Amino acid sequence: MEGKVLVVDDDPALAEMLGIVLRGEGLDAAFVADGDAALGAFRRERPDLVLLDLMLPGTDGIEVCRQIRAESGVPIVMLTARGDTLDVVLGLESGADDYVVKPFKPKELVARLRARLRTRDDEEPESLTIGPPDDLVSIDVPGHKVVRGGAQVQLTPLEFDLLVALARKPHTVFTREVLLEQVWHYRHAADTRLVNVHVQRLRAKVERDPETPQVVVTVRGVGYKAGPA
Amino acid sequence: MGAALPDPGGRSRPVPVSLDPAWRRALRRGLTPVQGLRRAGAARWRRSLLTRVVLTTLLVSGPVVALFASLLVQSLGAGLVEAKTRASLAEARSGVVLVEARVNAVAQDNPGLQESVLQDAIRQLDERGAVGQAYSVFALGPPRANKVVSQGADLQDVPVALEQQLRGSPGPEYVFADVPVTAGRVPGLVVGSVLSVPRLGADYRLYHSFPLTAEQATYGRTVRTAAGAGLLLLAMLALITGLVARQVVAPVRLAARTAERLADGRLDERLRVRGEDEVARLGTAFNAMATALQTQIRQLEDLSRVQRRFVSDVSHELRTPLTTVRMAADVLYDAREDFPASPERAAELLQAELDRFESLLAALLEISRYDAGAAELDASPVDLAPLVRRVVAAAQPLADRKGSRLDVTLPAGPVIAEVEAVRIERVLRNLVVNAVEHGESGPVGVVVSADAEVVVVTVSDVGVGLQPGQAGLVFTRFWRGDPSRARTTGGTGLGLAIALEDVRLHGGWLQAAGTPGVGSVFRMTLPRKAGRTPPDSPLVAP
Repeated sequence: MEGKVLVVDDDPALAEMLGIVLRGEGLDAAFVADGDAALGAFRRERPDLVLLDLMLPGTDGIEVCRQIRAESGVPIVMLTARGDTLDVVLGLESGADDYVVKPFKPKELVARLRARLRTRDDEEPESLTIGPPDDLVSIDVPGHKVVRGGAQVQLTPLEFDLLVALARKPHTVFTREVLLEQVWHYRHAADTRLVNVHVQRLRAKVERDPETPQVVVTVRGVGYKAGPA
Repeated sequence: MGAALPDPGGRSRPVPVSLDPAWRRALRRGLTPVQGLRRAGAARWRRSLLTRVVLTTLLVSGPVVALFASLLVQSLGAGLVEAKTRASLAEARSGVVLVEARVNAVAQDNPGLQESVLQDAIRQLDERGAVGQAYSVFALGPPRANKVVSQGADLQDVPVALEQQLRGSPGPEYVFADVPVTAGRVPGLVVGSVLSVPRLGADYRLYHSFPLTAEQATYGRTVRTAAGAGLLLLAMLALITGLVARQVVAPVRLAARTAERLADGRLDERLRVRGEDEVARLGTAFNAMATALQTQIRQLEDLSRVQRRFVSDVSHELRTPLTTVRMAADVLYDAREDFPASPERAAELLQAELDRFESLLAALLEISRYDAGAAELDASPVDLAPLVRRVVAAAQPLADRKGSRLDVTLPAGPVIAEVEAVRIERVLRNLVVNAVEHGESGPVGVVVSADAEVVVVTVSDVGVGLQPGQAGLVFTRFWRGDPSRARTTGGTGLGLAIALEDVRLHGGWLQAAGTPGVGSVFRMTLPRKAGRTPPDSPLVAP
């Protein structure tokens, strides 16, 4: 098996169908139907990825997302029934890496899961440094470690990928679309709010003052770039 | 705001802080203070009922009070003069009697003595009059001689009119004239009488001149008092009118302010009602109206909430099973080659129709979100040039199939506007795909232009065009220009309706025009700053 997915969904037919599709893709699947049981199942199953429905009985999806994120950086992909701005943004802000809107095509779902499950064991030793001279952020790429001011910063794999993508070309301005393609592996245009929300989350961890960012800098009307090293 | 306003001429003009706002506005418009004052006054007249009532009262009662005051003063003055005249005549008569008695008592044959007695009597009389400056006396000799009998008298002091009156009558007669006093001359009364002194052989004339100083002072005081009383009366009138008007205006002002607050959405605002008069009835009626409005609005809000809730529920309830069906269909579709012919075709049809079903459901949910007023704009600065390129690139396969050429014209630099990229991309995709579909294999033009305020994207084709009157109908839900035409791309029939709502949400315009057989053009006008609606301008058909 390539990886284990924890499916948190209360609809038995959908859960079963998800299981069929995931197994068809060579992924292992575990199921939990109740929001209250989700965190226990997560601890027990130790999945490589969580597929989380936002509408759940008991603890709702947003809260489950927050609970899991509080103790792990494991990729979380939300299943949302609505494309409503509020739900999506709330989900992303509570820690989800990506989302898929129902109804989705199995291939689309698998592509999203694969993008998050991608292994990085082929990476060369590489070390990057960005940020203002008096507040440097150094990145050990294969070791997945980020150090700022002598202390290690805990980033989720997605936040790490986002930072590395920007740091590798420190003078290039990345549009949100390019970042969606490089970090999220979207081949078509997708929701640029993914980028906005995750840049905010990343800034909260690596910036001295997230209100006046110096590590991940906004280029108005275009996108983002890494601050000067 | 500072106390001094900028002056166009460069001189600074100090302006008191407590300036009337209307005057302030007038000054800012560069008017002179007088013009400004006039406009400010006019503005007060227009806006304040209280001012109007008080001013009207003053304008009407002012002349009336003035008329009454002047009548009063006139009659008082006439009375004063009449009393003085009567007293003066009596005084003059008694003087004449006195002088005549003294002169006639002297022995008949001593004219020289008589003359000196006359002078003596006149001097005594004059001394008597000098007490309290009541009058002064002098006498003139026989008319032909006109000899001045008393000391210090002057012929000039005798008014000509009085002289004439005395010629035909023994007197006493009087005229009003300026009379001499110690310091200059003052208005006065001169009374003349003929002294009958037979022993002296001719008639002498005795003149009393009474200065009207005291009467004039009294008159002046009366005028001042009357004017003061009149002004005071007017002030009282203004005050009373103001107070009375206030009693009516104050509740009206309060009602107006409360109505404004209600209009601002503070539906709990009510008037405080006191008493049982007309104003109280107005307050009660007003409050009843507010309560009725509040109930109605609450009901509508509840309805809207229910509607939104329903849309959200339908969305969830419908989408979950649809997702399962979708996945199952996909699994079947992927395995279709293992099926016999007809199940294989069935899997293909299932797959294709599910696509249509999904896009229709998505469109329905989107439009009901707009209907429920639940759509919110999430705008951020976006460069529209790459967005347009992306849309055109996505439509290229369809254009190739149709044999259409896609011509894109973009400005040189980036075209930044505050938009929600997802919605605008959806609008453009819709317009471009529509143009290709109805473009009869002709070229489709996409032109982006921009100025400081707006970004305009026009999408034009040279296809079937639009019949007269159809330009407005294209945005109608499920409307089809030509029902006999087969649908090739399985559009939902809601695309343009949603596009219109999307553009409206941005505060922009989406317009259509066309000429049958020539082609049609769609134009999207977006404000660069989200929500700042640009002015409308007509779209010319190709």
